[in-house]
Amino acid sequence: MFKKKSKVRASKKRSYMSELWRNYKKNPSAMIGLIIVVVIIIIAIFAQITLDYNQDIVQQNMKERLQKPSSEHIMGTDQYGRDVLVRVLYGAKYSLAVGIISVAISCLIGSSLGLIAGYYGGVIENLILRSTEVFMGIPSVLLAIAIMAAFGQSLFVLMLAIGLVYVPMFARTARAAVLPVRDEEYIEAARVSGVGDLKIIFSHILPNSLSPIIVQVTMGVANGILTASHLSFLGLGVPVPAPEWGAMLSGGREFIRDYSFLTFYPGFAIMITVLSFNLMGDGLRDATDPKLKQ
Amino acid sequence: MLRYILKRFLMMIPVLLAVSFVVYFLMDLAPGDIVSSMAPADASEADIERMREELGLSGNIFERYTRYIGNLLRGDLGMSLSMKRPVINVFFERFPATLKLAFGSIFIALVISIPLGISAATNHRSWIDGTSMVLSMLGLSMPSFWLGLLLILGFSLKLGWLPSGGSGFFSAIILPAITLGAAQAGNLTRITRSSMLEVTRQDYLRTARAKGVAENVVIRKHALKNALIPIITVFGSTLGNALGGAVAIETVFSWPGVGRLTVAAINVRDMNLATGCIIMFTIFLTLTLLIVDIAYAFADPRIKAQYSR
Repeated sequence: MFKKKSKVRASKKRSYMSELWRNYKKNPSAMIGLIIVVVIIIIAIFAQITLDYNQDIVQQNMKERLQKPSSEHIMGTDQYGRDVLVRVLYGAKYSLAVGIISVAISCLIGSSLGLIAGYYGGVIENLILRSTEVFMGIPSVLLAIAIMAAFGQSLFVLMLAIGLVYVPMFARTARAAVLPVRDEEYIEAARVSGVGDLKIIFSHILPNSLSPIIVQVTMGVANGILTASHLSFLGLGVPVPAPEWGAMLSGGREFIRDYSFLTFYPGFAIMITVLSFNLMGDGLRDATDPKLKQ
Repeated sequence: MLRYILKRFLMMIPVLLAVSFVVYFLMDLAPGDIVSSMAPADASEADIERMREELGLSGNIFERYTRYIGNLLRGDLGMSLSMKRPVINVFFERFPATLKLAFGSIFIALVISIPLGISAATNHRSWIDGTSMVLSMLGLSMPSFWLGLLLILGFSLKLGWLPSGGSGFFSAIILPAITLGAAQAGNLTRITRSSMLEVTRQDYLRTARAKGVAENVVIRKHALKNALIPIITVFGSTLGNALGGAVAIETVFSWPGVGRLTVAAINVRDMNLATGCIIMFTIFLTLTLLIVDIAYAFADPRIKAQYSR
């Protein structure tokens, strides 16, 4: 009798991911998003391995400056004679790194705060919620700008800034996900049988409130990439001459009348990347909660 | 109801203080000591200390912040070092332009998204639905400054129909407002659509149809009113996004607003001006969110009832 029961439970546990995947792959636009994301990751890795930063990416070649797209330079060359295609491909790494690492930061801090707030309730919950309100009152781009101004301009600070900006969102998502679970009987049972708070949060509450956090992570990567490109465009993000897409776009701005490809391609790259993460997020939301699907 | 409003206003005060402290603290960390860069080269330590005192920059962060807030309440945000004018004057000179742009973009977003969202929902799973979902997804994923540059390229440089920058005449706002509106429209279309779909499943719509109300009246009179409530709730965050997005868009279109001013201030390390702008921006946004919340309580009788004791 007991044996049978535990078997059922084990198979249920294993099937969360496969269930998610089964629902996810039914959705064609979500699959397109996933495939593009995988392709972009492969491009970023290959560009990192095969290209030399000093020679291929930042070295100037004034003889070949501002050439229109041709078979030799498919996306043309920029005002310093650097190949735009190569720079765009290499630039994938910055957007992905900023998007993923900043989300890791905000997810780690935000979800922990949210879980704590939701689990303990009372004064702690109030305190955490009020502080998220404070940070959400500042428009995200301006908050990121202020953090960049405070800690100086570098790739690392950019990740940190964007990560911190999106902490409140994760905190609220995680808290909202805990609320329906926290009064369940199995939580009560765990507490009565002497399981510690931390263990309850991580092994009983977190798995049951995982779905909204997973969706938020994917959407967060898209938002993070967009905000980072915003800052770089304004000259407050990744410092030049790194081929960050927002910074490339900003550099090509003054040549837009005659050399519009300098602004077009980096922006297009940003859009495709953000779009595919958004498609994935939408797909995951539908897959984690088929009831919401409309 | 009056008690509710009063309570909300009182609760706002600590939030405002905390927000302004966060901004003040961050900007205070920024490198570059104003006083030592302003002081003449042969100034002694004592001279610099005296200048610091005169400028209200002595003491620890809490003392300085308290003084800053005290001055703010008297309408004094200090001097802008790059413009040699009071920050508050510079801010209010530029703020109307930003507001105009933000509201213009929200207007455009609503004009696009409400019809699009409704027709997507009423033609659920048709090609109209599909197209509007693709469009809204693109709007959400496009970097707005890129869209702005493409619009400048198409409509002002190639076609010559609209100005690429500046302000003061009506046609100047069209391109920036469309640019800034596109991203909001993407979001609002999705919200309109899903709330409309939600509403059309309600019993009272089935009742209306069953008693023989014409379909377009059902949509216009019964569904739409309820479906638009979520649009009011997100107005605050929409405005916040518009104000934040304005920072880049103002730069693209040389729009004389606060966003461009803030970025310029940071680039020349005029921290007084940047701090003042961000704090004022934030205070404005927080107050607007509060007003939207109260308006929402008025608009939705279900919420009003909770507080009418």
